[in-house]
Amino acid sequence: MIESYREALIDLAYLVSAVALVFGLKRMSAPRTARSGNQISAAALLLAVAVTLLDPHITWGAANIAVLLFGIGVGTVASVYLARVVPMTAMPQMVALFNGMGGGTAAVVSVAEFQRFAASGAVSSGEAVSVAFGTTIGSIALTGSLIAFAKLQELMTGRPVRFRLQLPVNVAAFLGIVALWVWLLGLAGGATVVWLLFALALLFGVLLVLPVGGADMPVVIAVLNSMTGLAAAATGFVLDNQILIVAGALVGASGSLLTVLMSRAMNRSLANVMFGAFRMAGRAAAVAEAKPIREITAEDAAVLMAYANEVIIVPGYGLAVAQAQHQVRELADELEKRGVEVKFAIHPVAGRMPGHMNVLLAEANVPYDQLFEMEQINEEFQRADVALVVGANDVVNPAARSDPSSPIYGMPILNVDQARNVIVLKRSMRPGFAGIENELFHMPQTRMLFGDAKESLIKLIEAVKAA
Amino acid sequence: MNQELLLGLYVLILTIFLGFEVISRVPSLLHTPLMSGTNAIHGIVLLGGILVAGTADRPILYLLGFLGCALGAGNLFGGLVVTDRMLEMFKPRAEERPAAARPEPAGAGVQAVREKEPVRKP
Repeated sequence: MIESYREALIDLAYLVSAVALVFGLKRMSAPRTARSGNQISAAALLLAVAVTLLDPHITWGAANIAVLLFGIGVGTVASVYLARVVPMTAMPQMVALFNGMGGGTAAVVSVAEFQRFAASGAVSSGEAVSVAFGTTIGSIALTGSLIAFAKLQELMTGRPVRFRLQLPVNVAAFLGIVALWVWLLGLAGGATVVWLLFALALLFGVLLVLPVGGADMPVVIAVLNSMTGLAAAATGFVLDNQILIVAGALVGASGSLLTVLMSRAMNRSLANVMFGAFRMAGRAAAVAEAKPIREITAEDAAVLMAYANEVIIVPGYGLAVAQAQHQVRELADELEKRGVEVKFAIHPVAGRMPGHMNVLLAEANVPYDQLFEMEQINEEFQRADVALVVGANDVVNPAARSDPSSPIYGMPILNVDQARNVIVLKRSMRPGFAGIENELFHMPQTRMLFGDAKESLIKLIEAVKAA
Repeated sequence: MNQELLLGLYVLILTIFLGFEVISRVPSLLHTPLMSGTNAIHGIVLLGGILVAGTADRPILYLLGFLGCALGAGNLFGGLVVTDRMLEMFKPRAEERPAAARPEPAGAGVQAVREKEPVRKP
């Protein structure tokens, strides 16, 4: 199997790289070691890419060298620039964009390799399946990610996009892909079929993500990430390359696991997230009854918190939208100076991708040992004097626990309603994404502080200083 | 069945199991960097782009090779840089705030030690 020392060297370097990738991922299990873990993974990936340049099949013609250098140069410069300047609030769309690039790579490599297989004569069934898989999944990941990017970047509406005959069109596209697979594998179709498959899968990626709403993006990004991983693994089969199979499988596993965790945190099935828009057609908007609410001034809220023993802050996506993560940190610091114990309670789907809120707070220099996951802190709300809800809504709605008729019934929530006092910073009484009335806002221990999260926090900081 | 294909399937499936084991230990605190980091890992398909570009002999293969290299390099290097940027920000309390900036916890720590001392003496 090994024809020369050079190929043996390449294969062994791939093995070292695969082992290092696993070690790198293992170090992601704690924040202290995570950065070095990523650096180990980076070294492993660079090693694998570097030894690939030794591959004896590379011809090193002038045109090949030019394409190689120019391609890698353009991709690297553009993406490293983006990676360095992107604000942390835009991280979900950044990940979506990079994910799409990986999917696109897997697809074009699969298509190109098929041209070579076809030119060299008979294509084996294994090769055909690998190419079909890599092309299909890679293309769907590419355009699906681009639509996710456009939605998150607000280049297009974040609401589910629906049009006439959407369901039949989607089903037809899917059946078309199945037919091309049969043609390619069963009837030994040629290069044209692969090009058709490429085009149709690109279209299907768009159709698949269009009907998904912006708030469901944590799940969609996880799904697309998993798909690109599997597409990379398929490319590994196309190229007979073990490191691609290992790396792709690791990513595929990671993406699937996160998909399951996210769906569970939203109490929805994956099918409901991806195809839910088709069934939502007739659902009427919830009618808000006029129930009493109690407002509070920034000064009174500040006094309540400044003389508390323990304050739990619950940040939601509204905090990220208002770019108020630095102000919330400052408020926490002011309270701590006065001896108040401050903790942050993070719901798994707070933000626009899994764990997004932790990144935003870490950026604002909130130490990670002050951030608590839902299971860690839910018991503690009953001991807290004040729960401060900043721009969160559905994830603190007690209806998820108590009202079986509520659309979010069964979703795990933060037990904010068990705190002695609840202060909610909110722009207006508009319901959250799910469009459901929130009983928490009408409870006797709840006080509302209306306004932009950032401005309200600045007022609170001043008032705490004065208190 | 083709031996290489079969071995590849073994590698694939066993690695997926390994992936589940390793990834399930990552706390949700780090899920965004995890996703962005694994996102960079599949950027390794860049090496497929390199092989296509390096062996191309027709215009269409040059084009596909170029796309593979550009998109793959974008995925790989962009993903690694952005992940490093995020992980750099995760700091524990002690490192993040030096004693000079926050005297209270350091003082409290010293006090706690002093309080313990009499207990140890007898």
